[in-house]
Amino acid sequence: MSEVRKVLFAPIMNNNPIALQILGICSALAVTSSMSVSLVMAIALTMVTAFSNFFIAIIRNHIPSSIRIIVQMIVIASLVIVVDQVLKAFAFEISKQLSVFVGLIITNCIVMGRAEAYAMKNPPGMSFIDGIGNGLGYSVMLLIVGFFRELFGAGKLFGVEIFQTVQNGGWYQPNGLMLLPPSAFFVIGLVIWALRAWKTDQVEAPEFKIAANSRVQEAH
Amino acid sequence: MSSNDSIKKTVVVALSLCLVCSVFVAAAAVGLKPIQKANKDLDRKQNILSAADMLDPSKSVDEIFESIEMRLVNVSTGQFATEEELSEAGINPATYEQNVAAKDPALSIALAAEDDIASIKRRAKYSAIYIVKSGDSIERIILPVKGYGLWSTMYGFMALKNDFNTVIGFGFYDQGETPGLGGEVDNPNWKALWKGKTVYNESGEAVLGLIKGSVDSSDPQATHKIDGLSGATLTSNGVTNLVHYWLGEQGFGPFLSNLKGEG
Repeated sequence: MSEVRKVLFAPIMNNNPIALQILGICSALAVTSSMSVSLVMAIALTMVTAFSNFFIAIIRNHIPSSIRIIVQMIVIASLVIVVDQVLKAFAFEISKQLSVFVGLIITNCIVMGRAEAYAMKNPPGMSFIDGIGNGLGYSVMLLIVGFFRELFGAGKLFGVEIFQTVQNGGWYQPNGLMLLPPSAFFVIGLVIWALRAWKTDQVEAPEFKIAANSRVQEAH
Repeated sequence: MSSNDSIKKTVVVALSLCLVCSVFVAAAAVGLKPIQKANKDLDRKQNILSAADMLDPSKSVDEIFESIEMRLVNVSTGQFATEEELSEAGINPATYEQNVAAKDPALSIALAAEDDIASIKRRAKYSAIYIVKSGDSIERIILPVKGYGLWSTMYGFMALKNDFNTVIGFGFYDQGETPGLGGEVDNPNWKALWKGKTVYNESGEAVLGLIKGSVDSSDPQATHKIDGLSGATLTSNGVTNLVHYWLGEQGFGPFLSNLKGEG
């Protein structure tokens, strides 16, 4: 049971796909300008990761290694198309906002990374849980970024007004940068900083150290 | 494991996987198509109604839409398209997609650079317009408009009163302008400014447009002016240009003056 818990929860804090492995950044930049869109994207990615892990684990003993990446891609791509179709049918408004990014789940490194790293070696049940766990890790980051971006960029959360903006006759001057994709870089960076300050074992060893200049002739 | 890597096994796995996946994908696409189409229709109707200021939470969109009639207009002549004309061009009004037709050389015309103030390059020959009737006479008319802003082509609807001059409502249903700046074209407070403005001046030119800053209400021309979007000069210019284009001589100008003549 503790194995299940580890596989399910480790990706949230200890081995977060975005914060530690720095995977799946592109969609984290693109879809986090509001909470509701982030949430749908998070659910979609979690579903795709879980089921692609599941199906790949089922057939893992029959996948020829020469075409294994292609086989994984086919499974992932089929699932993404199904998810995209379902969203278009049942969450039309949000699928319009997500537009191409649902399709781009195919290229999300988290999905393929988990298929290759975990599902190829583990039974279907555990692979499914691993997919859910990594999906949750992605979801947590997406929602954190979405929270800050929507709150400071539009004064809202899930579309509900929290700070009344100047445009609507209130006091809050929205920070336009927060609505643009680059702001997600800053938020993700700050989250990674906070996470590593808390869990110091995530800090990478520096590749080189800055030392005092010992060459006298250059010091002048 | 080595048996997995034989050519036979590789081909069998690849083929059977493709077969299974294609069945899944095809089933999802075909099975969900009716719901998706209904969503798209509903979305379009909702956009039209919101431009025409006719949304009513107590009624369903389809119910309200029953009072609206779609007609195709030959934009160059300014007349309603006749049935012969449409069947000759191979257009079925029920399934006509104007934004697709605008890219089809047979169904659209290329615009000369000096006419193309809205930067749309090609314009569909026939345009779908929506008429709200009370009895036999036209009560309001809803026209599709589009034009280039800063980053994107903005697609919207403009609703006019039956004097074919006074704006009832205006809004975009698709745009990709900068969020918070040009994206404020979707702000309901700004869209509300359009209501009651008039498009044409005394000599019949389409002059309604955005200005820099706020409109001074004592200005005699205030009825043709709308507050610009702060920090979004190029989007504002784009909106002005598309209004001038679509309501001018190149766009629906001839059609609207024909309607006026009849009225």
